[in-house]
Order: sequence, then C-alpha cells, then structure tokens
Amino acid sequence: MPGSVSHDVILPPPPPTDGGWGDGGGNNHDNRGSGRRASFTGLYVLLAASTMVFAALTSALVVRRGLGDDWHSMPKPAILWVNTAILLASSVALELARRSLRKGARSRFNGWWTLGTALGFAFLAGQVIAWKELNDAGLYISSNPSNSFFYVFTYAHAFHLLGGVGALFYVDIQALRLSLGPAKRTAIDVSAIFWHFLDALWVYLMVLLYVWG
Amino acid sequence: MAAPATHTAHHAPDGFIRKYVFSLDHKVIGIQYYFLGLFSVFIGMALSLLMRFHMVNPEAKVAWFAKLWPSAAAGGMMTPELYLSLMTMHGTIMVFFVLTTVPQSGFGNYFLPIQIGAEDMAFPVLNMMSFWTTFLALVVMVSAFFVQGGAPLAGWTGYPPLSGLGRLTGPGEGLGQTLWIVSIAIFCGASLMGAINFIATTVDLRCRGMRLMRMPLTCWTWLVTAILALLGFAVLLAAGVLLILDRSAGTSFFIPGGLMVSDQIITNHKGGSPLLWQHLFWFFGHPEVYIAILPGMGVTSHLLATFSRKPVFGYKAMVYAVLSIGFLGFLVWGHHMFMSGMNPYSAMAFSVLTMCIGVPSAIKTFNWIGTLWGGKIHFDTAMMFSLGFVSLFVTGGISGIFLGQPALDLYFHDTYFVVGHFHMIMGVAAIFGMFAGTFYWFPKMFGRMMNETLGKIHFYATFIGVYCIFTPMHFVGLAGNPRRYSDFSNVEYLAGLMPVHKFMTQAAYFTAAAQILFLINLFWSLKKGPKAPMNPWHSTSLEWTIPSPPPFDNFAGVHPVVNHGPYEFSVPGAPNDFIMQTDPPTEQHHDA
Repeated sequence: MPGSVSHDVILPPPPPTDGGWGDGGGNNHDNRGSGRRASFTGLYVLLAASTMVFAALTSALVVRRGLGDDWHSMPKPAILWVNTAILLASSVALELARRSLRKGARSRFNGWWTLGTALGFAFLAGQVIAWKELNDAGLYISSNPSNSFFYVFTYAHAFHLLGGVGALFYVDIQALRLSLGPAKRTAIDVSAIFWHFLDALWVYLMVLLYVWG
Repeated sequence: MAAPATHTAHHAPDGFIRKYVFSLDHKVIGIQYYFLGLFSVFIGMALSLLMRFHMVNPEAKVAWFAKLWPSAAAGGMMTPELYLSLMTMHGTIMVFFVLTTVPQSGFGNYFLPIQIGAEDMAFPVLNMMSFWTTFLALVVMVSAFFVQGGAPLAGWTGYPPLSGLGRLTGPGEGLGQTLWIVSIAIFCGASLMGAINFIATTVDLRCRGMRLMRMPLTCWTWLVTAILALLGFAVLLAAGVLLILDRSAGTSFFIPGGLMVSDQIITNHKGGSPLLWQHLFWFFGHPEVYIAILPGMGVTSHLLATFSRKPVFGYKAMVYAVLSIGFLGFLVWGHHMFMSGMNPYSAMAFSVLTMCIGVPSAIKTFNWIGTLWGGKIHFDTAMMFSLGFVSLFVTGGISGIFLGQPALDLYFHDTYFVVGHFHMIMGVAAIFGMFAGTFYWFPKMFGRMMNETLGKIHFYATFIGVYCIFTPMHFVGLAGNPRRYSDFSNVEYLAGLMPVHKFMTQAAYFTAAAQILFLINLFWSLKKGPKAPMNPWHSTSLEWTIPSPPPFDNFAGVHPVVNHGPYEFSVPGAPNDFIMQTDPPTEQHHDA
C-alpha cells in the first residue's frame, strides 16, 4: 500500500499507568493465574453445554409426554435410591477431602478422595444393576416413551459420569503418588466441581423421572 | 480437562507428526481446518454442479454417472433419489464442514490467540482433539457415498419420518442416513470442544491492556459464534441421539403411528412427533446461520476499516449489534416452521422477533457504509471481497424480510425463493468473508503475498457469477417453482422457466471455473509468491507486530502490552496513518 511508513518493529511497551494488570485477561507470563482461571472458565462453559443437552432432552420429554395417550409411567427400580445416596455421599467425601487439603492434611485428603472416587465407581455399578433389573423385567427402551426417556437420561448422565470418574481417578492416582503440585490443585477443584454438578444433575433427573417420567 | 496452553514449550516440536499432524499449535490447527474446509467446499461445489446439470438435462445419459453410481444412475441417467442424495450431501457438507469450519475454526484458531496477545489457545490438547474429531466426522460423512444404498436423501435438516425409518424410505436411508446422523453427532462433539476453547481463551488469555472493548471485531464475532455453537450444537447433539435411537433402537420420539411408507404400514412406531425434531433442529439451525455469517461480519468490519484507513464507524454499536444478533438468534427458530401448521399467534411472535434481528443487522450495514464514507479506500482484493460481502449481506437480508412474514412464507417456503435467499446470505456472503480473510491473512499465515491481479479477476468473476446464479432463483421462486425436485421439465406451468434454469446452470459452471483461478493463486503463491513483509496492509492489530509467518509461540517470548484500540487509523497529528495497538500510549489518543 503506497503512502504509508513501514512499521515492522515491536516497540518496548512502557509500564501501564493505570495499574492495568487486571484490565485484560493477562496471559501466562503477565499473570500466573490465567491458566487456572481458564480451566475454571472452560469448566463452566462445559457445564453450560451439558445443561443445554439435558434442557433439550427435558423439553423433548415434556412435548412427547403431552402428545398422546401412549405414555405409561415405567416402574423404577428401588436401587436408584441407594445409588442416589452413594452419589451424594461421594460428593460429601470429595468436599471433606478438599477441606483436608486446605488444612494441609494430605493423607486425610488421600483417604477421603479415594473414598469419593470409589463411591463414584459404585454409583456406576449401581446404575448398571438398575438397567439389568429393568431389562430382566422386560422393560426395554422401545417398550414405551416413558422407558425411552428413562434410558436416554440415565445413559446420558452415566456418559458424563464416566468422564467425571475418570478425572477423579486421575487425581487420586496423583494424590497417592504424592505428586499434587499447584497445577494439580486446579485439577482437584475442577473435577470436584464437575462432580458436584453431576450430583445436582442426578437429583434433578430423579425428580423429573419420578414426577413426570 | 486438558491442561492450559501456557505450560507448553516455547519451541516447536521436532517430529513431523507432532509438528504438522497431531500438532498442538493453534496456527497449524487453524491451517488444518482451513484445508479441510477447502477440500469440503470443492466436494460440495461439484455436487451442486451435478444437480444443476441434471436439472436442465433431466434425460441426459452420462457414461461416467453409470460408472460412479451403477444402480442410482443405471444407464447413465440420474434417478430422483440420486439427485436428493446429492442435494443432501451438498447442504450438509457446505453447512457443517465449510461454513461452520473455516471462518470460525480455521481463521479463528489461527488469529484469535494472536489478536488478543496469547501464546496459544487455552487448551491445546482439546484443540487438537477438536480438529481430529471434525476430520473423523468428515470421513464418516463422505463414506456415506460408498455404502450400500448410497448417500442419504433426507436433506441437511434430516427431517423425520423420512430420516427415521431406515431403508424403507429410500435407497440412501439405510446405512447412508445412519452414517449421516453419526457424523453430525461427532461434529457436534468437535464443535463443543472448539467452543469451550474459544470462550476460555477470549475470557482469560487476553494480554495486558487488551480490554474487551479493545478487541478487534473479529475476536468479538469469534467469541459470540463460540457461544452460539456451544448452546446450539448441544441441542443438536441431544436431538441427534434421539433420532439415532428412533432408527436403531425402535423408540418413537419423532415417528408418529399409522404411517404408510412404500406401500407398507409402519407398525413398530407410534406416538412420536416429527415437529419435535423440527423444533430441536431449528433451535440449533437458526443460530447455525449466525455461526456461519458472524465471523464474516467480523472480518468485513476489520477489513473495511483497514482498507479505508478509517476507524470502524461506531465500534461499540458494532459489538452490541453482534451480541444482540447472537441473543435474538435463539428466539426465532420458529420462522423455519411457519409451514408446519403452528398456531398463528406463535407464528406472529416468531415473525416479530425475526424482524427485530433486522435492527442490529441494519446497524452493522449502516456502520459499514459509515466506515467507508470519506475514507481513502484501497481496492485490494481482500477489500473487494469485503465489499462483496456487504453487497451480498444486504441482498440476502432483504429477501429474508419477505420470508419472515408467515403469510408470504406459506407461498415462498418450498420454492426457489428460499434457495436464493439462504445461498446469498448464508452461503455466498460467508464464502466471501472467507475469501476476504484468505487474501488479507495469507501473507501472515504463509509469509508470501497472493497475486492481486489474479485475485481481482477471481473476485469479479465470482461476484458476477454468484449474482447470476442466485438472483434468478428468487424470480423462479416467485413463479412458483418448487425446490428439491429433480425434474420439472414435464410440468406445464414451469416449462417457461427452463431458459432461466439454463442460465443459472451456465452461471454455475462459470463461477465454478473461476474458482480454479483461486486455487492456482493459492497454491502458486504458497510456493512462488513474493515474500510478505511483517505488516503489508498497515494494519493495527497484534498479528501484524510479529514476523510472517509467526514464530511457534507467536510473540517469541515478548509479552505484548496493548495501549490502543484496534482501529486507530488516520489519527490527526499521528506520524503514520495508523497506530498499532501495541504502540506507546499518547496523551491525546488514549483509546479508540
């Protein structure tokens, strides 16, 4: 382009006069917290996406339920209540673990976190038992729209849970190897918050499936 | 979740595989997305040419058709089912693997981190996974051509019950349609990963001084597009899973009872609603239009300012317009369903909300004109394509106002008027945004300049060509020419329109041929183009402060500090006609 002066140099920037460290996001060199912040932002954005998936499925349930007279509420296996208790207990265990870590009690952290992770696996096992019970009773996914939605919601939740329990397990291995550096603290917080979200989501699904399912 | 980018090494990995194939570098990933889109766009274009050929030569027997599709084009004559499969794959490949992929994932991946002063995206591993998942989705989609029965027939919208009943509803509705849905579901996953990365990067990795209101408008549009993708693709994923279950697990989410298909009564489904799919699909599908076009708007705003040597007229208004287009985009999906028998009051609500989108769209258009007004305009090829974008956006937008009226849409909806409308605004305008981005950023990406003469010939040929293809479609639509039909040569009231169709087909051949110029320019310039200086366009944003192509960690260890807004052109008293964002602060020009 004619008529303009070449401008190919990065000029050394002066320090900001307005204490401007906080005015941009700050990349890693400017601000060591940005990696941790980005992890949390990524987590909350992921939760928003998951919420949209379940919101879409819920709206589909509401519409489909109101469409005709073919909806027969499926009997739910009693083990779901046990599973719910296990999942809630796992969240409590993770919180106790985080509190222990904040106090510097690492071995207690390891114990609680391992318990939380084990309860996570137990929940998944309990869900498998629930599906098997339904299958044995002849209540298949295609038998009735109520059944269909039960399976869709519980499978979708379990799919999320697989990721969650994987994260818990990863942190647990790191903890048991005694290698929980500052970066791992972010992994602890992110996986715990994700787990609590799955917990709250499950409570919502229980209400939805028992009241409207 | 993957560890944030900021812990990666400062030098590129040595091995070929880690450097160019499974790369974690956002720039390599951006180029990978770009070439994936380039491959896809030529596949999509070839399919459209086959459709146009068949439309004006319905009786033609082509020997290589018979070789390519021994059953669907037995004897060399294309069957209506084959035509529908070409249409379905054209729409799907163009919408998902071109319009969604290149402007956002291609250019966005490459330039978002650099324009906000970051070393990389927030989650490089997730970024790599996102690309390879998209690649997998494309492989699955294209493989539908090669399975028994061929590619699906249900259109890019995949409406049930056609898409839900399997082989019974057509040759491509067996495995082909299954692959289509699986591919879309995989693509949704990839887009969600990408969206998470874009949002976290923009929110948290901006360099010192890069306030939100100092971001180039490109970054704003990539951010809003990521939010739309996040919320939209999540819903499409849910809907896609339900459709897969309807097809393969015998559920009835979308399939009603009492259907009679191909002389058979469907007995294993009852009670579902195809309209439920339409609602879920268009809740994604309308924002998808903005996913395709918003990055083009960002590039256009950026380039109009740069090549007019003037600040963007009403920067903040542009930002708020993008945000409101994004927000309103989620409230108007019903205008795709006026034909579905919806309550007229619902239709009116959707119609009013649709008209509301005209307000921020008009703000953008007037601000583009305001940016150009009185500027020292440089007609480089990149600028020509940006001007072409504005033209196409206005042309396509105006026909949208017609279609937003339920009473008019009842007539127009299944005609070529709609085809003309959405190709103008969503297809060609977005493609012009990509061409503008290519000509503008090519020097930065590859360190060489593209050929301007060839670029301008390509621009004029394409600009005239697309208007010749898509403007007449509005008229044949007004005359009642239905869309999606493979052959209407024997329909009396449409016979008079055949010359117009022939003209459109010839224009399509011409435009497609012009794209060869682009390919020549692209690949020739990659090897032989003159070396690009650091800042050939005298732009102000951060990517022009670093070498072309940029080093592995973008700023070579320098931490950029931003002191200026993104569009400080022709500032009175300044030594140059542009002030880089990283220039030292000046008393009188503190901010944009």
